[in-house]
Amino acid sequence: MRIDLNVIQEWITPASRVLDLGCGDGELLEQLQQNKNVVGYGLEIDSEQIERCVQRGVNVVEQNLDAGLTNFADASFDTVVMTQALQTLRHPHLVVGEMLRVGRDCIITFPNFGQWKARWHLAFSGRMPVSDLLPFEWYDTPNIHFCTFRDFEVLCRQNDWTILHRQVVSESKLGVAFKDFLPNLFGETAIYHLTR
Amino acid sequence: MSTENPSASCEAPNSAEKGSVGLVTAKSHKFCEPLQLACGRVLQDYTLVYETYGELNTDKTNAVLICHALSGHHHAAGRHSPEDKRPGWWDQYIGPGKPIDTNRFFVVAVNNLGGCHGSTGPVSINPATGKPWGPDFPSLRVRDWVHSQARLADTLGIEQWASVIGGSLGGMQAMRWSLEYPERLRHCVVIASAMKLSAQNIAFNETARQAITSDPDFCGGRYLEEGKLPRGGLAVARMIGHITYLSDDGLAHKFGRELRSGSFQQGADEEVEFQIQSYLRYQGDSFSSSFDPNTYVLMTRALDYFDLAREYNDDPVAAFSHARCRFLLISFTSDWRFAPSRSREIADALMHANRAVSYAEIESAMGHDAFLLPNKRYESIFRSYMQRVAAEHKEGQSACV
Repeated sequence: MRIDLNVIQEWITPASRVLDLGCGDGELLEQLQQNKNVVGYGLEIDSEQIERCVQRGVNVVEQNLDAGLTNFADASFDTVVMTQALQTLRHPHLVVGEMLRVGRDCIITFPNFGQWKARWHLAFSGRMPVSDLLPFEWYDTPNIHFCTFRDFEVLCRQNDWTILHRQVVSESKLGVAFKDFLPNLFGETAIYHLTR
Repeated sequence: MSTENPSASCEAPNSAEKGSVGLVTAKSHKFCEPLQLACGRVLQDYTLVYETYGELNTDKTNAVLICHALSGHHHAAGRHSPEDKRPGWWDQYIGPGKPIDTNRFFVVAVNNLGGCHGSTGPVSINPATGKPWGPDFPSLRVRDWVHSQARLADTLGIEQWASVIGGSLGGMQAMRWSLEYPERLRHCVVIASAMKLSAQNIAFNETARQAITSDPDFCGGRYLEEGKLPRGGLAVARMIGHITYLSDDGLAHKFGRELRSGSFQQGADEEVEFQIQSYLRYQGDSFSSSFDPNTYVLMTRALDYFDLAREYNDDPVAAFSHARCRFLLISFTSDWRFAPSRSREIADALMHANRAVSYAEIESAMGHDAFLLPNKRYESIFRSYMQRVAAEHKEGQSACV
C-alpha cells in the first residue's frame, strides 16, 4: 500500500460517497470499500487500469479528467480524491475548483518539485530532474504541470480554498528526518485536504 | 435442467470448434396463464422458444439471461447442425472459456414475444380467427418482454439471475429488468444501449417502417393471408438499418469506392456497381428471406417507445434508485446510433443513484455492430467482469449495493 493512501484513509468519513479521479488500479477504493464502507467510484482513462479495477470489483468509469466534471452535480459527493494526477492535467487549477464543487471536501496528493533532489539536479546538472519518483524525460512525460508545496499553497490562497490538513510524506531516511522542519525541501509527496 | 432435457445442452462438443458450445437444439414452453400487456390488451396464451447452454448448478445461482436486439433471436451460440454455415449470433462471446463462459454459467437465450423465430408473434395463428395475427398482433413494449422472460425464469426454477445481459435493444431489456424485478438479478450488463432513442434514431426507424409498409405486397400487413411477401420493402428497411449500424470509417475501410463491375473509362457505357451497393443488397436480400416484416415493424416500435425513466418523472436517477444489482456498461467509440454519450448518461444516472457501476468505452471502427464482433479490449473487460460474477455465485454470496 502506497504511503499516501494510508494517510488519505484516515481523512475519509466512514460510509461516505467518494469519487477518485485518476483512480489507477483501484487500490485506494478497494481499501476504502473494505475498511470504511464507502460507496466509491473511480474515474480513469487507461484501459489496463480500468480492467484491474473491474477485476478488483471496484466501480470504475472511463472518463477523461481534462474534459471536466460537468456530468457531476454540485455537492454530489462527500469527498473527491485525486492522487498523483494533478501534475498530469492540462488545467490543474480548474480541476481542483471542480473537485470542490462536486465534493464537500477534497484530498489531493502530488509529488513535490521543490524537493532537494529535484533542486539539486536542476541547479548542478542544469537538466530537468529524472529520478526514481519521476522517471520520465521532459519530452515524453505524462507530468506536464509540476509544482512545489509552496506553489500549491499560493494557488489555494488565491482561490480562497481552505486547507483542512496537510501532510508531507517521504520514504527516504533524510526526508523522514527533516520533512517536518523544511517540508518544501525534504518532502517527496504532499497530501492536502481542502474545502471551500 | 439438462438431465430433464438432454437435447438442449451441448452435445459432444465438436473438437474442430474450440470454445464452441457445439450442437444445440431449441426448446419451447407454452404459457397458458394470460399475459397482461402494457398496451392494455391481454395475450391469452403464448409460446416462447429458447436455447440454453451450460449446466444449471444445484442452487440455481449461475443462470444468465441473454436479451436479443432488433433482429436477434434465441439462437445465440453453437450450431443447429454441423452443416450450419454460421453459429449463433453471439457465438463470439458465449461458449466454454469465452466471456460468458458456459463452463461456469447456465445461459438462457430467448426469442422475444412478437418475434418470428418460433415464439408467438405476428406470423403465429390468432386463435380467435384461425388466421395469422399479422398486423393485429398486440403492440409490445420492452417491459412486456421482461415480464414474459420472468415467467420463463419461473418455469426454469431460476429465482435470481446471476446476470441479465443485452446489447442495443437487449440492453434496454436488461435495464428494465433491473427496475421491474430488482431482486431477481445480481448483475446487469448493458452494451451499446441507451435510456431512450433520440429523434434521429426514431427517424431512421420510421424510414425503415415506411419502406416496408409502402411496399405494394405489404397488403396492410396481411401479406401472409394474401400469399404475398413485401420482400423489397423489408430489404430496404434492413439496408437503412445496416448503414446506421456501421461507421463512415468502417465502410470506407471495408469498401472504399471499389467497383464490383463496370468501369469509368472513357467510352465505357456499362453500368457501374460499387462494392458497397452489392454488399447492401446482399444483406437486404438475405435478411428479407429470414425475417418477418410485421415483426420488424413491431420491434422497431418497441425500440422507439422505450423510455427508461418515463414513469419516474423523467428522472433516470429516481428510476435507477429502484435497482439493486451491479451494472457494467460498455460502448464503442464509432457507434453513432447508440453513441458513447448515451452510455455515459446511464453511468451518470447510476452514480447519482448510488448504484454500483463500471463503464468502459471501447475503441472500435465497427460502429454499432461492434458489440457482436471480435475486439480484444471488449472481450477482455467483459471476461474480467463475468469472472467476478462467477466467483460470487461460487462463494454463494449475493452482491447487491
